[in-house]
Amino acid sequence: MPNSYLLTVITFLPLAGSAALLLLRGDDHAWIRRLALVVALAEFIISLLLLRGFDTASPFYQFEERRAWMTSPPIYYHLGVYGISLFLVLLTTFLTPLALLASWTSIAKRVREFFVMLLVLETGMIGVFLALDLFLFFLFWEAMLLPMYFLIGIWGHERRIYAAVKFVLFTMAGSVLMLVGMLWLYNVTGSFDLPVIQGLLQSGQVGLAPRAELLLFGAFFLAFAIKVPLFPLHTWLPDAHVEAPTAGSVILAGVLLKMGTYGLLRFCLPLFPEASRRMAPYVATLAIIGIIYGALVAMVQPDLKKLIAYSSVSHLGFVVLGIFALNTISIEGSIYQMLNHGVSTGALFLLAGMLYDRRHTHLISEFGGLATPMPVLSALFLFVCLSSLGLPMLNGFVGEFLILLGTYGHNARWATFAATGVILSAIYLLWAYQRVFFGGVTVERNRALPDASRRERVILFSMAAVILWMGIGSAPFTRRMEASSEHVLTQMQRPSSYEARWNGTPQSAPLEGKLPVLAVAQERAGHP
Amino acid sequence: MLLLHHLWIIPALPLLGAALNGLFGARWSKREIDAVGVGTAGLAFAAALELIREFSRLPADQIPWVKPYFSWIIAGNFRAGFDLQIDQLTVVMLLVVTGVGWIIHIYSTGYMAHEGGYPRFFAYMNLFMFFMLVLVMAANYPLLFVGWEGVGLSSYLLIGFYFLKKSASDAGKKAFIVNRIGDFGFMLAIFLIFRTFGSADFEPVFHGAARMPVESGGQIGLLTTISLLLLAGAIGKSAQLPLYVWLPDAMEGPTPVSALIHAATMVTAGVYVVARSHVFYLHAPMAMTAVAVIGGLTALYAATIGLVQTDIKRVLAYSTVSQLGYMFLACGVGAFSAGIFHLFTHAFFKALLFLAAGSVIHALGGEQDLRRMGGLRQKIPWTYWTMLMATLAIAGAPGLSGFFSKDTILFQARVSPYGSSLLWTLGLSAALLTAFYMFRLVFLTFHGAPRYDAHAAHVHEPPKNMLVPLVVLAIFSVAGGWMAAPALFGGVDYFEHYLAPVFEGPKTLESLPVEGNGLELLLAGVAVGVAALGFLAAWWFYIRRPQTPERLAETIHAPYTLLFHKYYVDELYDLLFVRPLVWASTRLLWRVVDEGAVDGSVNGVAHTARRLGDRVRRLHSGNTRSYAAWVVVGAVLFTTLFLWPLLRPLVWTVR
Repeated sequence: MPNSYLLTVITFLPLAGSAALLLLRGDDHAWIRRLALVVALAEFIISLLLLRGFDTASPFYQFEERRAWMTSPPIYYHLGVYGISLFLVLLTTFLTPLALLASWTSIAKRVREFFVMLLVLETGMIGVFLALDLFLFFLFWEAMLLPMYFLIGIWGHERRIYAAVKFVLFTMAGSVLMLVGMLWLYNVTGSFDLPVIQGLLQSGQVGLAPRAELLLFGAFFLAFAIKVPLFPLHTWLPDAHVEAPTAGSVILAGVLLKMGTYGLLRFCLPLFPEASRRMAPYVATLAIIGIIYGALVAMVQPDLKKLIAYSSVSHLGFVVLGIFALNTISIEGSIYQMLNHGVSTGALFLLAGMLYDRRHTHLISEFGGLATPMPVLSALFLFVCLSSLGLPMLNGFVGEFLILLGTYGHNARWATFAATGVILSAIYLLWAYQRVFFGGVTVERNRALPDASRRERVILFSMAAVILWMGIGSAPFTRRMEASSEHVLTQMQRPSSYEARWNGTPQSAPLEGKLPVLAVAQERAGHP
Repeated sequence: MLLLHHLWIIPALPLLGAALNGLFGARWSKREIDAVGVGTAGLAFAAALELIREFSRLPADQIPWVKPYFSWIIAGNFRAGFDLQIDQLTVVMLLVVTGVGWIIHIYSTGYMAHEGGYPRFFAYMNLFMFFMLVLVMAANYPLLFVGWEGVGLSSYLLIGFYFLKKSASDAGKKAFIVNRIGDFGFMLAIFLIFRTFGSADFEPVFHGAARMPVESGGQIGLLTTISLLLLAGAIGKSAQLPLYVWLPDAMEGPTPVSALIHAATMVTAGVYVVARSHVFYLHAPMAMTAVAVIGGLTALYAATIGLVQTDIKRVLAYSTVSQLGYMFLACGVGAFSAGIFHLFTHAFFKALLFLAAGSVIHALGGEQDLRRMGGLRQKIPWTYWTMLMATLAIAGAPGLSGFFSKDTILFQARVSPYGSSLLWTLGLSAALLTAFYMFRLVFLTFHGAPRYDAHAAHVHEPPKNMLVPLVVLAIFSVAGGWMAAPALFGGVDYFEHYLAPVFEGPKTLESLPVEGNGLELLLAGVAVGVAALGFLAAWWFYIRRPQTPERLAETIHAPYTLLFHKYYVDELYDLLFVRPLVWASTRLLWRVVDEGAVDGSVNGVAHTARRLGDRVRRLHSGNTRSYAAWVVVGAVLFTTLFLWPLLRPLVWTVR
């Protein structure tokens, strides 16, 4: 197996890089930046190798690595990539070097620690996408939290401590529930290994009582919904974004939010199918509220970063809606929209950061007429806005369109309400754009602001290239997602005994627990 | 057969021009920018002509000629390809878009010569042409939507071309957002089409729809819904009631833009979509009625506003809205080819009107107010005569292009099975007003005594690159109608005959009541009489008794003010939609829901947690015995927690 260590390399290269950074002298900023960038770029190039060996037709995990780690409880070091995580990994490795570049000059204090945190964070994020063992997953999930906490708390703006604590508390609340859920699953199946658990549940060898399934679904769902964030659990997001440094915002919006939607696709749907189906109308309602609510609140924000943060609530609402519309098209659209949001919103945060670097403010009213001093930056800003508002031939449209198309086939009313988001996104983005860039220069000192530097152009043009490519040539992406997206729906199918249990047919037996004796005992006791 | 196999070349040419001028134009001289901008547009026109020649040799069974290029979106069983097609309807649109488009590009080299952002202007114009060509050549709805939104983008960019002016960037934004409201309907239509037919490609969809029964008797079935949703999109793009409000504001853009995008091509995209989707409409009589009524009402409504406007471009803008109404009226009564024919002739005379108006504005150094013009006839005779031709054409003077197209529409509105005397009356009244406001415009601009500052303005005829386009368009405005002269005027309706294969589905026109040429002649006579009446009224008001309008405005003050302020619709929308939305979002959603309820409860929890923490802190009393007690409690809790898996089944059993 020539590639058998590829995933390990991809996961831990940034961590090794951050260790190497620690060997450098703390005040040698130039080399710290360069080394960090080299590591991140190498990581990106290596991660591209995944595309070469990836079998498009297979819905299963590929490049799998599985080694026993602990024997009791049986915990495996188990990594694997499939159609849904493939591009999320690439998104992570693509955004990290750009986030590094964006922090090139704006981070002045504790430079080494900053880049160390960013690389550790990268390992955590990739680990979450690749881990196939629940325990390992949880480890990466929590490992991700810490560097983000420090990124906001140390390098953030004025209210950074409040925002960082709020971020951690929200996420922790979710993770605790998820941990309980994982232990419960282990208790029922005797395994932490996701494919094993999936197999047991899917074949009906282990059955969950409806009530148990609903509870488990709830535990996982809450953890992910906070991360997404789904309305009304979103209030940590604007604060975290406003206070985070640019790189933090880019990673937060670009990758971290996707952990939530990825988790929904990976755990909630395949493991708890009937609970997902029954809860779908409620989740979809929240998602639609989020789409409209996020857009409306974004519209009236005086702070550019807050505006982008609320727009994320709106965009992620689309993703959640697509997932819970439970069909191949909408799920593929959701995965695509995750990538789009990562690129477009990441780019918006980068742009907002570039304005911040020049003026040290995010307030829209402090700008106005910037198109005159900075034509290139304003053109690119518009380009990214257009991608975010879903202009056809740019990436955002493909995702939104597929989500709505798939959702319409499932429930026309959901799609109709959600589609109003298409109008609203045009309103808030174009209005903000007008206030920042059009008209005469309103604040005199803005007249002398420099246009995009070469470093900034490299960042923005690579973003723009991806935006355009994903908008025109979406097929190479969706082709690789197709099998896995369909497979999610296959995984949701269960033997008839499962259905019967939900419908309350008497012969159904809640084969709960791994001790058959007890299960039989329960049955005898006439327990439902 | 080069171009038939490479349809992509035609949209690619202006795209190339846009890319070159957009990326490198800033470093180029005007000559180079012109060569790229006008050159690619001209090449596109030449290529379109060659394509049409090749197309004319295709056997009928190979039409529409479809060329799939690459898969743009694939997911599940959905596929949207970058597939282009050509049929007779596309041919007509190609001629308008590339032909008129090219002429206006040439005109722009004169009109925009001294403006800043010259390469940007041509990049946007070429970009517009690219998207418009995609729109008319698309072979499926999603790709059509690409062009649809793309022309909206170009329109946004070009309306806001003078972005230093707030009114300009406001207008651009308004255009985009109002269009998006319509696009919302368009998108839903695509979803429903895919759900119903399992495809979004024209051929399978139209075949499927043709086999479905007609949804008559007030029944709102799938096809009616699809038709109405598509109509919502068309209303937005073609500025019909109630979404027309963006088009008058769009006059903030440079005048060539108004001519190309907001008169000749983009705004007709809605008519194109309705005509393209005629199979749906013919199966949905209710939707047909909606199209006809909206068209007829808009034609009359916009014309009334046009009566009293004082900005030369705004008069023309309302005139455009009104004429688009005629096209909708035609489609709504099933006379699709008549609608497309009016689109065709309108492209010439309305583009000419705008370009001539631009020439006037140019001559007066930027003046757009009719009240400060007058007496320009001798100063700029070429502009005067060409504009007069266009005015005669739009007013429906016999023999000119507008006469033929408008006459056919009015006739069909009366006699078609979908028509009615009400629709005919709407159209006829609009014709009366059209003649009036157009001649009012001409008289105020060119006749009477000069009202501009003769010392300040150096009135002059425009340079050749602006003049030649005027003359060319004037020739077409005069003669362009003869290709569809109804047989009774000694002509052959080549136009309808040519489009027949596209619209031939269920023959609606054959079932006409045969009342013979007599009725048609009579109706045409009435229309001409009405137009003459409008002309005479304008002549009486503005030449014979120039004081009359002012006195009239004073005597019937209320209606005049209502018209002058465009029925206060902008104000109404602002009051009904814009303000409540912003207010509710700020006060209610953001401040109350987000910061109050949601965040408040979170902070409340945090507060409780802190208080709890405070209590916990008190436990750290330093008292060893109390520590020991807590250790025991903890141990019990943990043991229970760890043993819970084993204990739980027992608990359940006991219960």
